[in-house]
This record gives sequence, C-alpha cells and structure tokens, in this order.
Amino acid sequence: MDARVFVYVAHSAGTIDDTALELATAAQRLFPGSSPTAIVAGSGVDAVAREAARSFDEVWKLDTEALAYPNAELLRPLLVKLLTPGSMTLLPHNTFGLDLGPGLAVRLGATYVPDVVDADGLEGTTLKVVRQEFAGQVSAHVHCNVANGAVITIRPGAFPAAQSGSASGQVVDRSTDADGIAARRRFVELIEAETGDVDITREEVLVSVGRGIGDEENLALVEELSEAMGAAVCCSRPIIDAKWLENSRQVGTSGKTVKPKVYLALGISGSFQHLGGVKGNPFLLAVNKNPKAPIFQSADVGVVADLMDLLPVLTEKIRQGH
Amino acid sequence: MEILVCVKRVPDPAENEISIGPDGGDIERDDLVYSVNEWDNYAVEEAVRIAERTGGNVTIVSVDDDEGEEVVRRQMAMGASQGLLLTDEAFEGSDGLGTATILAAAAKNGTYDLILTGAQADDGAAQVGGMLAALLDWPYASVVNLVETNSDGPLRIGREIDGGSQEINEIETPCVLSIQTGINEPRYVGVRGIRKVASIELPVMDAEALGISAETVGTAGAKVRRVDYFVPEQRAAAEMIEGSTEEIADRIVDLLRAQGGIR
Repeated sequence: MDARVFVYVAHSAGTIDDTALELATAAQRLFPGSSPTAIVAGSGVDAVAREAARSFDEVWKLDTEALAYPNAELLRPLLVKLLTPGSMTLLPHNTFGLDLGPGLAVRLGATYVPDVVDADGLEGTTLKVVRQEFAGQVSAHVHCNVANGAVITIRPGAFPAAQSGSASGQVVDRSTDADGIAARRRFVELIEAETGDVDITREEVLVSVGRGIGDEENLALVEELSEAMGAAVCCSRPIIDAKWLENSRQVGTSGKTVKPKVYLALGISGSFQHLGGVKGNPFLLAVNKNPKAPIFQSADVGVVADLMDLLPVLTEKIRQGH
Repeated sequence: MEILVCVKRVPDPAENEISIGPDGGDIERDDLVYSVNEWDNYAVEEAVRIAERTGGNVTIVSVDDDEGEEVVRRQMAMGASQGLLLTDEAFEGSDGLGTATILAAAAKNGTYDLILTGAQADDGAAQVGGMLAALLDWPYASVVNLVETNSDGPLRIGREIDGGSQEINEIETPCVLSIQTGINEPRYVGVRGIRKVASIELPVMDAEALGISAETVGTAGAKVRRVDYFVPEQRAAAEMIEGSTEEIADRIVDLLRAQGGIR
C-alpha cells in the first residue's frame, strides 16, 4: 500500500497519551509495514514531539499559541491543508477524535471508519475492520472502500500500546502552516470534574450500580449491601443521567478511573466506556439478569439473577457474618 | 431560533436482548421493540427548551421508511411544531455519509439557525452530526452537555470531555451540536400529547424532492459496508455461579470474603 499513514498524538501536561502508542499498534495492524507520521499539535510541544519521535520515524510538529487548547474546529482545516490526498489518518475514538474525525473525513473526501476494535487486513483498496454495535452486544465485520483515503478512529484500549521505542525519529516543524488559522468555535474555559463527598478513586472495594437497578427507590438495596460490606457505592452512566447519584460517583471514560481490589457490578451491561474506567485488574463479580450482557466477558465471576431477589438475601447474609 | 433535530428509530436497549439472525447478515428483528435513540430524545428536549426561551420552531426530521412516522410524531409531541420524514428506497443501506448527505439536503431546504443530533446511536459511530456540519460548512461541537443562548451573538456551550470535565466554548450560529445524555431531563410524553400532534401534516420527501442523485446515497453510495454480525469468542469468560438465591448468595459471600471484599 502506497498511501501515507498519519497518527494523531494526543497529549496532556507535556506527556503523550496512551492512545498515541495504541494508534501506533493499530497502524501496523491495519497497514502492515507502513511508517506512520505522527502529528503533534499544541503550544510549547517540543518535549512532546521529541517523545513521539522515540516511537515514530517522522513527527510533524504544529506548535502555535492558537492550539494551546486542542480545538478540533481549528485543527480540522489545518489538517485538510497538510495531509496528503488519499492518506490514512488514525485518531483515538474519544471525545476529541469524534469532534475532529467525521468532518475531517468529509473535508478530505476520505472514508470515515469509526470506533475500530480490531483489524482483518487490507485487500487492494478494501480495508476490513471489526466494529461493535448495540452497546457491545454484537460485533460486525465491516468492509470499507479506502481508495480515496480514510479517517479511522480507534477505540481506546482495543489495541495494546506499542513499546515506547528508543528510535530517534525526525521532528519536522510545520508550525508556519498554522499561521492565521481561525475557527467559528472558541475555547473559553475548562471546568474540572468534582470530587464529591466520597472519593471513589481511592476506595478498595466498590459496589457499582447500573441501569439494571430499574428504579431510584431500589438504590437503597445497593446502599444497604455496600454498607454491610464496608464498601463505597459507584455507578455507570445511566444512573448519573437519571440524576439518582452525584456525578462524582460515575465510573467510566466520561467519569472517574478507579483502581479497586474488588468491583461488584450490579445491573451493569459492561460497555467499553464503563469498563474503560476500571483499572488495576480487580476481582470483578457481575450480577445481571441478561445472560448475554457483555460484562460477563470481562468479569471473573458472573451471576444471572434479578437484583431485587438477590440483594436483600446477600445483605442479610453479610450482616449475619459479622 | 429555528431548530432542526435529527432523530433515529432504534431497537430499544431497555426492551430487547440483541441476537443475530440466521444468516448473520442482520440482527433478529422479528420481535424487536423500537423507540427513539436515547441520545436523540435528549436533543429534542434541549431544542424544545431553547425554542421556549428564544421563540421559534422545532422541526423533527428522520431518515426512515413509513415505520418512522410513529417515532417522529412521538418526538414532535415533546413540543415540536413540525416534522419531516425522508423516505426513499434509494436511501436504504446508507452509510454515515449517506445519511448525513440526505439530512444536509433537508437542512438546505429550510432555514435553520441550529441543528441538533444525538451524540451517537445504536451503531456507536457518533458520526452523522460532524459530517452534516462539514457538508453544510457550519461549525460543529460534539458531546454537548450545556447550551446557553444569548439574545445576540454566539452560543455558550459545554462539551463533556474524557474524565468527566467540561469544556466551555463559544460557537457561532448556524451550527450543528451533537447532544450528550444527561444534559436535561426529557419530558414525559403521554397519549394526549401524541394525540395533539396527530393532525399535523407530516411531509415526506424522497430523493428527487431533496435533489439528491440516488447513486450518492444508500447501498449504491456507501463506502462503508457491514458484511455480517457475529458474537466474538469470549476471552476469559466469567465463571458463572448457578443455584438457588440462597446458594448464590452464600457463594458470593465466600468469594467476596476471600478477595477482601467484606470488611
């Protein structure tokens, strides 16, 4: 394959993001033998560009005050100007990638291939990938015509991070290309997530509750169990959307990242967004009434049961044990 | 403000277990219960609230066959004065760009200040809003969890970013926003509400009416094609505990105690 491959290197606080090295792996799986060019955009990113050059043969540095905050609306026209027609561009499928990617594909006349979790090879101009649908309940083989290039977003965590190499790639300063960039969307400020009364990121035993709990009043059963165990209560996204618990209790890519020793998942289907916030390989015990729930692929121990029946019995047994 | 909200009819995740049909080409659709995509429901609520503050109308649009009318009318009942159904055999099998192309044609056919979509739908691609904005050459923001209107000037919006922090932006109109769940509490729609919008005419537009050449959309125009569905081999699947509720509870207590989960 002759098409040039680009990888967007996300970074924060002067360090490249895990996703960048995952994209390096994904690039080799999708386009074996390619030598991707890393793109590092930001303000004062010399150190980041040098770090990226340990893992990529070539790094394009876009260093300008205007990109101090990564605004996809600013970056998109710049990339449209810089990227070689017909090239393959890899982005992380996170809140930045899905801000930038779809419009970038349209503007480049390239095919958009979102949320890739696995690669099945490239045949001519047909790129074969695996995606998931219906919140991970089923997977799909997807064939994409990439004759005019592609913008591909890679699910965080789906590919292992490449070893950070010791190679010394070349850093090419393309910053002058960013002169005069402007957008109709301007970054104003960042409002940090709250910590809340209980810091779930520090708890060793977590009782996590999801949509399967059904009603707000049933949360009392979860809280009683958690209290009997001496654990803390956390939850998945639907509980936050319903405003049944404080935002600070949410585990997932859009919430907190927790590192407990024991994680009891109650009525949680197990979307990648939720499990993306569970680190440190805890003992994971899942209870769900749907035997096909994806959580059972990640759990150590699974129980197919109705929470309303099980929780009171479980709480009572733990109380008796004390 | 004149607002267009794009909605999709999807299998209701609360009502269905998804399984794969006999030939793997599609999921088993015979007994599925459909409803509006959850994210789109929040988008409609947000549009109605904005229109209540600023004046103007909300229009619900969907690319669907005749079956789509029920969902469009249900969403209209939340407070939209108009609906629009984009239906053509040529639209079937559209990929994300195909769907965005159809919606862009409908958007150009009206005069809108703002287009809302859900942040994603059942395929998890999260692509149509961003593509629509690019096709219209409007600014775009994804995963929006706050919209504030000023009497004059740009919108002040919040984007949910990874880790749950919020990124505040100003964005000029007209623009496209993709709406995240939790931005509001969508209102309940009862039978009476649906009855109230039952008499509103629901225009149906096909490819010709929209000025779309059929080969650019649907299966013919799709660059991204799903070959089949499958269930991946389970890696390290869980050890399943079975038995009576009592037996299960005893086993869980033993396991939790062994793992230090009871203190």
